[in-house]
Amino acid sequence: MDYMLSEDLMAIRDICAEIAAKHIRPVRAQLDEENRFPREIMGVLAQSDLFTIYIPEAYGGTGMGSLALCVATEELSRACGGIAVSYAANALGAMPILLFGTEEQKQKFLPPLASGEKLCAFALTESEAGSDAAGIKTRAVRDGDHYVLNGTKQWITNGGEAQIYTVIAMTDPTRGARGATAFIVEEGTPGFTYGKKEDKMGIRASSTRELVFEDCRVPAENLISREGMGFMVAMKTLDNSRPGVAAQAIGIAQGALDEALVYASGRRQFGQRIDSFQGIQFMLADMATSIEAARALTYSVARMIDAGKGRFEKESAMAKVFASDVAMKVTTDAVQILGGYGYMKEYPVEKMMRDAKITQIYEGTNQIQRTVIASALIRETAAGKR
Amino acid sequence: MKFVVAVKQVPDTAEVRIDHERGTLIRDGVPSILNPFDTYALEEALKWRDTLGGTVTVITMGPPQAEAVLTEAISMGADEGILLTDRAFAGSDTWATSHTIAEAVRKITGVDAVFCGKQAIDGDTAQTGPGIAASLDWPQVTFVGRVREMTDRSMVCERYVETGIQVLRVTLPAVITVLKDANVPRIPSLRGKMRARTFKPVAWGALDLGLTPGETGLEGSPTKVVTTATPEARAGGSIHRGTPGELASIMADLLLGREGTR
Ligand SMILES: Cc1cc2nc3c(=O)[nH]c(=O)nc-3n(C[C@H](O)[C@H](O)[C@H](O)COP(=O)(O)OP(=O)(O)OC[C@H]3O[C@@H](n4cnc5c(N)ncnc54)[C@H](O)[C@@H]3O)c2cc1C
Ligand SMILES: Cc1cc2nc3c(=O)[nH]c(=O)nc-3n(C[C@H](O)[C@H](O)[C@H](O)COP(=O)(O)OP(=O)(O)OC[C@H]3O[C@@H](n4cnc5c(N)ncnc54)[C@H](O)[C@@H]3O)c2cc1C
Repeated sequence: MDYMLSEDLMAIRDICAEIAAKHIRPVRAQLDEENRFPREIMGVLAQSDLFTIYIPEAYGGTGMGSLALCVATEELSRACGGIAVSYAANALGAMPILLFGTEEQKQKFLPPLASGEKLCAFALTESEAGSDAAGIKTRAVRDGDHYVLNGTKQWITNGGEAQIYTVIAMTDPTRGARGATAFIVEEGTPGFTYGKKEDKMGIRASSTRELVFEDCRVPAENLISREGMGFMVAMKTLDNSRPGVAAQAIGIAQGALDEALVYASGRRQFGQRIDSFQGIQFMLADMATSIEAARALTYSVARMIDAGKGRFEKESAMAKVFASDVAMKVTTDAVQILGGYGYMKEYPVEKMMRDAKITQIYEGTNQIQRTVIASALIRETAAGKR
Repeated sequence: MKFVVAVKQVPDTAEVRIDHERGTLIRDGVPSILNPFDTYALEEALKWRDTLGGTVTVITMGPPQAEAVLTEAISMGADEGILLTDRAFAGSDTWATSHTIAEAVRKITGVDAVFCGKQAIDGDTAQTGPGIAASLDWPQVTFVGRVREMTDRSMVCERYVETGIQVLRVTLPAVITVLKDANVPRIPSLRGKMRARTFKPVAWGALDLGLTPGETGLEGSPTKVVTTATPEARAGGSIHRGTPGELASIMADLLLGREGTR
């Protein structure tokens, strides 16, 4: 389908496709096998200006916005979901600064992210606080012109690889969700170390790691927005970044469909190509249709975000839920179409199936997204807006 | 530093088919590409510009549509592009082409080094790089697999030859021709592509370069193609087995045209 992408967006897609062909496809299985972070590929992405697209021109970026980030993430995910999230998680990490940072914070932290000289990550989740993010225990206590952080963040994408972290911590535990505050913490800050590195089912090229804060002194000037605004910062960040997860899901699904189509045209059983069987044809047709629907929804939401008008948390959640469910279904069907070969590591579809699963879980599970959508619907109905 | 890269637009030979009856290439409908070897020359120049500072100017000689290879080079990060195009250039052989490009390099002034690909995949002569050097009377290093170091006065090149690697220090200005081994060409960047979209090359013709008909184009080309033909297929060899002594006597018989003694 033609989404009337601008020349800039088509250029972004072409660049990502070329990087995928030359630098990602040849190594993706090995990075997956070895659980290895794609540092060299991050360098290639940086050289091609891909880290500039979500950062405004005033801070060294190209300011292309949400749809551009979706196009890039989708095309990279088509080749490898793990590498793509290592890229996209930078935008997630930078989002609190982009949305709520002061001019000084933007001047200081955004240019090295735009150039790719530094990577970024977003840290909310803890062992006892996943969906229920208000349950976080990490504390931040003011001490003169610093805040002292204590606690452990868990499962942080780009953990150990990024140099700039946006961290949500409790400044006033008595106030629950209204007692959280967002901070920028730089690698090398005394008292900040890395903990356990996870061994995951999928997106294994990406790094998922613990951040440990022990009397970590963060300058007060690194506080984002105001004390008590931490959850608002986190929720708005996720509203903005979820189309990126949807794009990741769409890319993974598209990659799986690409493989299934090629395989089904070459594989012969019962004396004929398996894509001549209606049972296979209907699967392929449904896979393609659901991907296109997910893409249409996601691009529409991204365009809504870029237009900068109104609320979009409901739509953003819809895109994430729908696209990630499509990705899980499509990748499972791709494995089915490849039969026994699909189950083997010689073919890329089993990895795609493993990679797809995470898109239903992170940046808010699909159950949580549905509660977001439903509460928006109920609220709108009560307000007579429906 | 001021670097020039000479690039050529060539037919994508992977797509060229052969007209077996006429013994010629069927070029119709074959897409044109930037000569693959030139991408290594370009990358090498860009790499050294990125480390030492300066500019990279790409030059191509060809019909107006050859502008496409300059645009591609701009999207990879080249600073300027010059299109040498003129009816008067038509029919140039390697001699006339080298001479014309050399005149353009002179006109740019202050150039420290010219980077060429090892050869073009359509003509395969590998003569243009050396020809430019000869015409400028600059030193040249061909078949460069690695540029080890560069200063504003000289560069140290590894020249990959059949017998091994020659390490040569060459004073600048100089011309080098670059092999595939030298680097991995970069992918175009977003900013490069954005620039390429509005890029218009400088266009120079014979008059701009002060070239007379005898110096360029068909008239300036001493090469005369008499005929082209497919080389005859070689006769199949023969395989012999035996002890070294037996094999030596078989070989001697063959060389001396004697009947076999076995
Ligand atoms: C690979 C990976 C990378 C990650 N990267 C980051 C990162 O960069 N930064 C970060 O902060 N976090 C990150 N996370 C954490 C991620 O966002 C959480 O895993 C996610 O929010 C879910 O939390 P949980 O895993 O604790 O599940 P739980 O919240 O314990 O949920 C368990 C199950 O219960 C369901 N559930 C929970 N509450 C409800 C409810 N109210 N109604 C219905 N069902 C419910 C959930 O949907 C789920 O099925 C990452 C996680 C993974 C696995
Ligand atoms: C882990 C593993 C263990 C195994 N162990 C054994 C074992 O112990 N012994 C043994 O003999 N085999 C074994 N197998 C082989 C297994 O039985 C085959 O993989 C299975 O029969 C499917 O065949 P295939 O993989 O060649 O897929 P294909 O037959 O090539 O099928 C590919 C796709 O085409 C579809 N398709 C094929 N024909 C039609 C049709 N007529 N109409 C509609 N759709 C069609 C299939 O449903 C599938 O989706 C094993 C396989 C695996 C993966």
